[in-house]
Amino acid sequence: MTRAGVRGWAAVTGVAERKPTRWTDGETTIDMLARIGTAAIADAGLQLADIDGLVCHPMGGVPMLVPSTIGETMGLRLSYAATVDLGGATGAGMVWRAAAAIHAGQARAVLCVTAARRQKRSADRPKQSGQSLGRDTSAFAEFEIPYGNVGANVGYAMIANRYLYEHGCTPEQLAKIAVHQRDNACANPDAFFHGQPITIDDVLSSPVVADPLHLLEIVMPSAGAAAVVVVHPDLVRDAPMNPAWLLGAGEAVTHKTITYAPSLSDTAIKPAADRAFAQAGIERSQIRLASLYDCYTITVLVTLEEAGFCAKGAGGAFVTEHDLRWHGDFPLNTHGGQLSFSQPGLAGGMSHVTEAVRQVQQRGGERQVPDLEFAFVNGNGGIMSEECALVLGVAP
Amino acid sequence: MKRPHPTPSPTTESFWAATAEHRFLVQRCRACATAQFYPRPTCTTCGSTDLADEDASGRGTLHTFTVARRATHPAFEGAEPAVIAIVELAEGPRVTTNLVGCDVDAVRIGTPVELVWDEPDEHGICLPLWRPA
Repeated sequence: MTRAGVRGWAAVTGVAERKPTRWTDGETTIDMLARIGTAAIADAGLQLADIDGLVCHPMGGVPMLVPSTIGETMGLRLSYAATVDLGGATGAGMVWRAAAAIHAGQARAVLCVTAARRQKRSADRPKQSGQSLGRDTSAFAEFEIPYGNVGANVGYAMIANRYLYEHGCTPEQLAKIAVHQRDNACANPDAFFHGQPITIDDVLSSPVVADPLHLLEIVMPSAGAAAVVVVHPDLVRDAPMNPAWLLGAGEAVTHKTITYAPSLSDTAIKPAADRAFAQAGIERSQIRLASLYDCYTITVLVTLEEAGFCAKGAGGAFVTEHDLRWHGDFPLNTHGGQLSFSQPGLAGGMSHVTEAVRQVQQRGGERQVPDLEFAFVNGNGGIMSEECALVLGVAP
Repeated sequence: MKRPHPTPSPTTESFWAATAEHRFLVQRCRACATAQFYPRPTCTTCGSTDLADEDASGRGTLHTFTVARRATHPAFEGAEPAVIAIVELAEGPRVTTNLVGCDVDAVRIGTPVELVWDEPDEHGICLPLWRPA
């Protein structure tokens, strides 16, 4: 009998990430993907011809046939090609799919690549909603847009208010998440807000955008790119860097719009995390880095509970009791999280994977978590609608 | 404020047509008796296609909300702050709405709410809104 799950199927051996910027200067997403993809391949010690798998994501400017478009641009010859469309969970979702393709014998070395460009609007192009009537023929256009239930801020604000109603926590507890992650970013030269520490007062005195969310509890959109290379176990021994083995993975998708979620408080995070930990065969207490999707502080608080690091409703107390910095007793989002790294589109979700990989590889630089054997990643898409959890470790 | 108005599909047509008469319809599955919203081609509980429209009571409870201090869509610019809310219908399903007729700084989850209707658009469609009961 073999254990169900992904453990031992593959390891991540290469990482590349572009320092986020506020804007791009005309560079296309495809060009960003090609540059970061080749950098990740080189980091894995591989040649272009070694890559036989590609996992990418839907993007503006390439309406369809995205994998072949990227493959052609980069010069790849592929035996496995796919897109993943899980919002902020895309990066994590790519990794286990790459491992599954490898395990199925469809590929040996899979490039997982994400990028987001961000162009300044020219004065002659008025502001447009990304989700306007006419272009969206799903229920969203009929039952959400007329009420302004558009974008992530209001969705997470409604999750936060429901959390405060059911369980409660203090504004200071939520703010501490942003503050400690900013401290982590100050040890990450690639973080957008490197060198700009903040205090709890700074967070709580920043403007309220959608009650109860303050500006400094909300990610800042940016441009960026990130890629990882996932390889067959046979290729690990020749890799120049330490491997980050995939030990467990879990995924859950329950709704698109939060209104129609089975519950606002019993989330899809839990089944995804439970599956990942069961596959890995380790306990929560063995995790030395929690790399939790953090579009908002409330997302982190709920994920700490739902992923099983503390009891339901105990997230606020957990934050109070623990030091969340890279040198603390519960290192959380050591790259700064997206709250302080910034959110370069889907590469923002991937940043939780790249940081976990670097930490497992012992390449964390000045923010390296000591004695790290296992890391946990949670990817979160939409309004807590797509969840993907990974457990990574130093050995298969 | 001119809200963006819906373009009904064959599945949602009866719902929007009923709004002209200030009737709020939910779908009731004839196979498993579950009520659902928004209108769909199949039952999300059992998969049956045998769905009937049913008048909702127009009563519900505020499940959660936020006060959007910034407009979330160009159509709402100038109408800030707006209360974007999820109401749990007495029939069970949850709906997205705006809470109106309330002090935006005194909204409380759990408040009983009742249906009110926005002005009709050029097709007679009225958007359902809710206010504290």
